[in-house]
Amino acid sequence: MIYDVIIIGGGVTGCSIARTLSKYDLNICVIEKEAEIASGTTKANSGVVHAGYAAQREYIKRYLCIKGNKLYTQAVKELNFPFERIGSFVVALEDNQIKELEEERKKGTEDGIPGLELILDKKKIKDMEPNLTDDVVGVLHAPSAGLVSPYELTFALAENAATNGVKFLRNHEVVKIKHQEYTFTVRTYQGEFQASNLINAAGLHAARISKMLGLDYFSIMPRKGEYVLFDRNAIHLNKILFPMPTRVSKGILVCPTLHGNTFAGPNAQNITDREDISTTTAGLKDILDGGRNLVPNLPLRSSIRNFAGLRAVPDTYDFIIDNTDIYGFINVAGILSPGLTATFAIAEKVIEFLELLGVELNVRDDYNPIRPKPERFKDFNKEDLDKKIQEDPRWGRIICRCETIPEMEIINAIHAPVGANTVDGIKFRCRPGMGRCQGGFCRPRVIEILSRELKKPYEEITKRGEDTNILIGRTKDIALKEISRGVSKE
Amino acid sequence: MMSESKIPEGSKEIRCIVCPTGCLVHVENVNGELVIEGHSCNRGEEYAREEFIAPKRILTTTIRVENGFLPLIPVRSNTPIPKEKLQETLKEIAGTKVKAPIKMGDILIKNVIGLDANIIASRDLIEA
Amino acid sequence: MNKYSVDVTVIGGGSAGLAAAIIVKKANLNVLILERDKELGGITLQCIHNGFGLHEFKEELTGPEYVQRFINQAVELDIAYKLDTMVIEITSDKVIYAVNNKEGLIEIKTKAIILAMGCREKTRGAINIPGFRPAGIYTAGQAQRFVNIEGYLPGRSYVILGSGDIGMIIARRLTWEGCQVKAVVEIQPYVSGLIRNEVQCLEDYGIPLITSYTVTKIHGKDRVQGVTISKVDRNFDRVIGSEKFIECDTLLLSVGLIPENELTREAGAEISEMGGPVVDNNLETTIEGVFACGNVLQVHDLVDLVTAEAKRAGLNAVDYIKNRYDKKIERKEIIKCIAGENVNYVKPDLINRSDLSKDVIFTFRVKRPDRRLLIQFKDDKNRIIYKRKRSYVIPSEMLEIKLNLNEFNIDSNIKSIEIEVIPRPEVLIEED
Repeated sequence: MIYDVIIIGGGVTGCSIARTLSKYDLNICVIEKEAEIASGTTKANSGVVHAGYAAQREYIKRYLCIKGNKLYTQAVKELNFPFERIGSFVVALEDNQIKELEEERKKGTEDGIPGLELILDKKKIKDMEPNLTDDVVGVLHAPSAGLVSPYELTFALAENAATNGVKFLRNHEVVKIKHQEYTFTVRTYQGEFQASNLINAAGLHAARISKMLGLDYFSIMPRKGEYVLFDRNAIHLNKILFPMPTRVSKGILVCPTLHGNTFAGPNAQNITDREDISTTTAGLKDILDGGRNLVPNLPLRSSIRNFAGLRAVPDTYDFIIDNTDIYGFINVAGILSPGLTATFAIAEKVIEFLELLGVELNVRDDYNPIRPKPERFKDFNKEDLDKKIQEDPRWGRIICRCETIPEMEIINAIHAPVGANTVDGIKFRCRPGMGRCQGGFCRPRVIEILSRELKKPYEEITKRGEDTNILIGRTKDIALKEISRGVSKE
Repeated sequence: MMSESKIPEGSKEIRCIVCPTGCLVHVENVNGELVIEGHSCNRGEEYAREEFIAPKRILTTTIRVENGFLPLIPVRSNTPIPKEKLQETLKEIAGTKVKAPIKMGDILIKNVIGLDANIIASRDLIEA
Repeated sequence: MNKYSVDVTVIGGGSAGLAAAIIVKKANLNVLILERDKELGGITLQCIHNGFGLHEFKEELTGPEYVQRFINQAVELDIAYKLDTMVIEITSDKVIYAVNNKEGLIEIKTKAIILAMGCREKTRGAINIPGFRPAGIYTAGQAQRFVNIEGYLPGRSYVILGSGDIGMIIARRLTWEGCQVKAVVEIQPYVSGLIRNEVQCLEDYGIPLITSYTVTKIHGKDRVQGVTISKVDRNFDRVIGSEKFIECDTLLLSVGLIPENELTREAGAEISEMGGPVVDNNLETTIEGVFACGNVLQVHDLVDLVTAEAKRAGLNAVDYIKNRYDKKIERKEIIKCIAGENVNYVKPDLINRSDLSKDVIFTFRVKRPDRRLLIQFKDDKNRIIYKRKRSYVIPSEMLEIKLNLNEFNIDSNIKSIEIEVIPRPEVLIEED
């Protein structure tokens, strides 16, 4: 069959486009390289929904960000993902920086950013955010900034898209694309798929995909950002804290997360290996130093973990959203910050392009924009919890001690549309492994549940697909073949 | 089995494990007699002698269980096993399967590899 | 919702919880154990090696044998317990909410609580090893659980970071299962655990112990392919140029244990710097009628001492119910216990002034190993109350001293006691 649209890339961009398109009576397919969606940049970024004052006026990312920020309000009502508008501060530590903040405030307000204000009253600032350094001289307060869980948003988008008929293919790496007579043939290691329209939302690999069709007009530089995550009991912030921006980036933030933890990061480091998500000693030191400029009491002893994410930085430093010269092929590449904020606006722009390409946009009569909030143990009050367990005992077997996650949440995560099929997939969907013990108690049980629900032996359960098996065999397997190292020779 | 009368040739540096001091004891076979030096107490001398003549270890491992509450049961040898026989003993244990229910102390392998030693259960294990 | 009303609730059914519950039951109070795993026994069940019970039973037992004796006693005494049951909340007035899949949500009103939840392991994140995040990184305890209980092997060839007893024991265990342990790497210049384990777990099998080194990078994107280790100087900074690569498919971390006190903290008890609750000489936390024992209070090395501590907690809980429960007791006057020179921490954190006529059991650990020492107890005016000689100390061995302070002529207004471990003054004069 020939799809109306194939989207390459199952990150937040690809899934957002898929979901917005799923409203219409079209055959749509998302092709994703990894075992789980949201495996690339989507998984490891700041999760900040920006107000939009930071980008220069000559970039489209500025306007898509401001527009996208507003679209979150409706989206969260329909898709029920974790989102909170807590507001942000850009922190000036020297008097001569105030002028710059005032410039930003003026321009931002003109461009439609609500509620931007410059606060110079130190007491008021410290009341709003007590952890902020005493060296602060003034802040630009943006109440429309917020926090989102980028991967939970992506799961919500994908689930809703799938419910409305979008097909998702995971573990499919695109190796070749042909374009003949208005039809695209996309070949992966697992098969061939055809479509009249093709959208490239392949993140870090977008330039490579574009080149497969001979379009080589941009390049993507992977930029690594490392983060350090702190225990929620050690520190609690009210606002997202930004330093004064540099020419290159927004700098090292100190930022609360939706789960009550706090992180510092990211640093920015251009690298060449598109899959290098290793953390570095120097990088971590930079983050801790930078973080302490804003929050002097950053609790170094209580760091839970560190991780890194790669952002796809285009050589244009702006989003590349093009209806290209190849009829039906749309590039949606270089979606760097504020790509997460802009996601709904980006999707709308892509729909406009598809309309120009002659795609018929008839709303399907069974379209359901609502994706219900996943049931979580922690959200129930005591009476409802008791009832829930009586109805289904799998709500009463707690698998994750640190986050209080019952077996049922894990089962639901596996059987949801585009559900989790790896240990990391479970971790990102419902959190076992994200808490203090980092999987110490829950991991054997998560493997047991995955094994049972997916009907796969323990040895085939992976951390995140392909060659990331967790266990290599049963306890006596090696011993039965040989004992490889015996007692030391006398 | 254990040849206590035969004293090995040569010499050895043995670290005593009886107390945390960890004396390094030199044990040497000098014309059929054992010369032991470097120890600070009698227990250490005794340990070094034993360790030189016939080193042996208590073996603790697991055995596979059929129809048990758990797939393995922890076991140990009821008496120390000569060090040079450990590998062979482990191999026989690896190839063994036992059935639940089991009580702590049950003999699961009698006279393992023909030694005067049994492999016994370290805990109770009920059926699945 | 099933509601219960008991005298004492013990949270945790491992070695600590069982011993405490047995004492309470023998005193004819009703006691309930809440255990999150599918059987009683706790972490001791996976410690299948021997070396347990020398103090408690005067025999050398394996971990499972040791705890089985307590399980048998608990069953004989008909002690009530719930398995697969997770406590989700302890309120500040000692109402416990727990969950299991048979009963749903359970409410337990209890007069006293004994916390015995044990501890967990420090993870990679907590010690910030840079590198990729491939499959094949575990803590030693996770590996032990898989190998001994679940019946699976995490890998074929291993490097173990940390030469504590747990790390060395698992090195031998894996070797006995046919795996290859390439090295045990230790950041300190000395082995962290017992010499006995160094000999019988490492030397016996030719497994190198590499001291003054640490893992500075993990290689492999999907699966561990090796680690880079680097030498560290006296400040634990990396020595540039000292890097060595060791090929392996699994890295085990044995880098420390932390008491598991989320529930304790949520209940409102004060937590000490080492992670366990602040307790007085009765092992009572800052919440009246809530006691703590075992690894949840302080990380122990010998399960025998866990049992002894748990028995004391049990007795104190019984005493609390018989003499102090529901009575208006005046605010306690306390004496602080402080860690002095070369002491990492001291338990108890406080002593009740009214208990000065009772024996107090002090437990503490040193920061650095040393020989020919003097352990000294000083008051807040720096006067030496008590001193004792000791030939050696190491951080991995918890020290215990029982004193009745009234026997030592202390000032009745004493505000604090400091414990220090210092080199014996004679060492400066004496020649060796």
